[in-house]
Amino acid sequence: MGFLTYVVLPLALLTGLAWVARAGFRSIAGSFGAVFRAMPLTAAFGLTVVGLYVLAALFAPAIAPYGESQVFDEFNLFPGENPDFVLGTDQLGRDLLTRLLYGGRNTIGIAFVTTALAFLIGATLGFVAAVLGGWLDQVLSRTVDVLMAIPQLIFALLLLTIFGQSTVNMILVIAVLDSTRVFRLSRAVGGNIVVMDYIEAAKLRGEGLGYLIFKEILPNAAAPLLAEFGLRFCFVFLLIAALSFLGIGIQPPLADWGTMVRELSIYIGYAEYGDWQAASLPLLPAAAIALLTVAINFTVDWMLDRYSGLKS
Amino acid sequence: MSSGRSLVKIRDLKIEGLAGEDWLPIVNGIDLDLATGEVLGLIGESGAGKSTVGLAAMGFTRDGCRISGGSIEFDGIDLVAAPLEEKRSLLGRRIAYVAQSAAASFNPAHKLIDQHTEGPVLHGVSTQQESQEDAMALYARLRLPEPESIGFRYPHQVSGGQLQRAMTAMAMSCRPDLIIFDEPTTALDVTTQIEVLAAVRDIVEQFGTAAIYITHDLAVVAQMADRIKVLLKGDEVEENDTRAMLEDPKEDYTKSLWAVRSFRRPEQPPAGSGVEPVISVAGVTAGYGAAPDVLHDVSFDIHAGRTVAVVGESGSGKSTVARCITGLLPPRGGEVRFNGEALPAHYRARSKDRLRQVQMIYQMADTALNPKLRIRDIVGRPVQFYGGLRGAELRRRIEELLEQIEMEPDLYIDRLPSELSGGQKQRIGIARALAAESQFIICDEVTSALDQLVAEGILKLLDRLQNELNLAYMFITHDLATVRAIADEVVVMKDGRVVEAGPKTEMFTPPHHDYTDLLLSSVPEMDPDWLDRLLEQRGVENIGEAARVRLD
Repeated sequence: MGFLTYVVLPLALLTGLAWVARAGFRSIAGSFGAVFRAMPLTAAFGLTVVGLYVLAALFAPAIAPYGESQVFDEFNLFPGENPDFVLGTDQLGRDLLTRLLYGGRNTIGIAFVTTALAFLIGATLGFVAAVLGGWLDQVLSRTVDVLMAIPQLIFALLLLTIFGQSTVNMILVIAVLDSTRVFRLSRAVGGNIVVMDYIEAAKLRGEGLGYLIFKEILPNAAAPLLAEFGLRFCFVFLLIAALSFLGIGIQPPLADWGTMVRELSIYIGYAEYGDWQAASLPLLPAAAIALLTVAINFTVDWMLDRYSGLKS
Repeated sequence: MSSGRSLVKIRDLKIEGLAGEDWLPIVNGIDLDLATGEVLGLIGESGAGKSTVGLAAMGFTRDGCRISGGSIEFDGIDLVAAPLEEKRSLLGRRIAYVAQSAAASFNPAHKLIDQHTEGPVLHGVSTQQESQEDAMALYARLRLPEPESIGFRYPHQVSGGQLQRAMTAMAMSCRPDLIIFDEPTTALDVTTQIEVLAAVRDIVEQFGTAAIYITHDLAVVAQMADRIKVLLKGDEVEENDTRAMLEDPKEDYTKSLWAVRSFRRPEQPPAGSGVEPVISVAGVTAGYGAAPDVLHDVSFDIHAGRTVAVVGESGSGKSTVARCITGLLPPRGGEVRFNGEALPAHYRARSKDRLRQVQMIYQMADTALNPKLRIRDIVGRPVQFYGGLRGAELRRRIEELLEQIEMEPDLYIDRLPSELSGGQKQRIGIARALAAESQFIICDEVTSALDQLVAEGILKLLDRLQNELNLAYMFITHDLATVRAIADEVVVMKDGRVVEAGPKTEMFTPPHHDYTDLLLSSVPEMDPDWLDRLLEQRGVENIGEAARVRLD
């Protein structure tokens, strides 16, 4: 019964919403509508979920019933026990629905900034390496190889311990570590583009590095980079959640899903006594993470298929 | 030869291709008859549907294509209705296919002879041992060097012409009734092409095999085919015996195909000895990386208003000379002078104005234009970059340039390269070179990727621009017909050396340097007897690679 209410029903609702949204956009004439006419339901589902998450993140203060770290007398409430707290409260008496909304806002926001930074660093260096080649390419590539050889989570833990935990430090550390993957991709994609005659023509015209990268290479590399952005975002998101779960990610009183999973994980024990509702509480933030990851992957698959002809 | 019994009978064949979500017609109702032992030439521009028809004769269509109507009969078997199993027993055994690029068609991981014997063994025609012996016999017949051992090499260990002949041998391995040749010599140099042509014709005659020979080169098809069928955009234009077709084409389109090689630029007299050349290549020696020199003491001059054609086979170093002039490959010795002044060796060391003076038009317009930029940006960038024009002035200059290349500005200025045809893209490439207002343009095989009619248009345009703007062209090409059409002077290169140079008329009248002679005589002519005559004159041992090796 719980499975039906909390899993099947929301998914069916989201799919239905996606279908309706797609149908709505399809009726728009012209090239904008044409994009949606060729869109599979998975992509519509992905876009709808991502859209809802973004809206929830942006308008969390308006939607959430209480303040982010507002504490009430009634702690450890289960869902449905008190109509004022739809999803119950945690061990400190904070409303879980509010925490979930703000958690999304924090985690998604930080993950987005981190991914954007990783792309700025990785793509710029990757293209520079592709255009200039030679010793600079060697130095950059080998440095990246070294960074990639160390397991990312352990390396991030190490660096955060050295530099001290703070949100800014976390963003920088993850961005630098993740930019290595972006570097590899953009160097490879850029390498295929720089051999084109139009790049040779631009070089012989006397164009500078900036023009080559941003006007000639970037527009042609946009599709694979965009697809990679979606995937990277997922990984960064998961990494932040993992760090938070380990206690050195996003710090209280800021809400975030990784910390929520950890805090609610004590309820897993209730499964032993057959209290499935309580036992599945940590699944709330976990499911929120999983749903977003799946939705982004759906969207990315569709973009890959559409813009680069790659079949996923 | 058409006395044989009917082998292939295609009636009202219609084929459609998938474009996005719609099925568009590619072939609209073509009839084709082929008797045993007969060779049919299929010719047409790219997109005429000749390869599609050729493949359909095997009962096969490419991915994303479907046979939507008509019938295909091979020796009484209905290939449209035949189940896959039945077709499989025919393909390779009774019908064989020779593709354009042998290098891409052979599996690089297996020896030639192992790929050769696969078909006969699989079809149960012969055992591995028999098939190997047969392969060696075929290699000998096709005059491949060391027929006993060449089969045990890998594809990358033999030359392009040899590979194409090995593929012909492979097609013959089951002694099929029909071979489909899909542009087998298009990717080859003229001197190499001729031996493949001789080999193909020899084998078709020896074994009485019927063949469909697909090509866009009229002179080639004149040598190979008994009958010629001309296709245009999926429709048949006309069909006739080769001689009749060459002497008396009926349709206007066919006549225009026959007439394309007619364009001749009046040859300019050589510039006086006191005139400073625009570009002077003086004793240039160059090589890549740590490798030995690929250019040896190359020298020639290009004067204003003149076209110098640099000819040679692939690997002769003609493109490398262009890279030395543009500064992409700094020469190891010698120098390049522009109006008497030495140009810095590396392009990065050249000033903006120096860079402006050497412009380039590329062979592949597809890779020469950034697919994400609009025409206004592609043509406008050099104007803006060198001339500093902005706003309305910039737009006026772009429009002027588009008019110069005979393209309607309002129609094309906001298009992407993907929204243009091949010839139009090449014109944009020309406009980009003109935009720099230089006196000198390097044209690197600018017409070789284009259909003949379109290429003709490009040559005429280049000629007109040269007369109007007094441009100097360096024309890199391997196509001697183009040289005849447009050059004033010719530089013949071989193995990184200039073997002969001089005014066009001198170059095309004997006596020649031996290599020039070989190059010139290897260019197919629109005469069905040309190959026979040449083989008679020179003997089969004295064409193609064999002849070239003898020259060294």
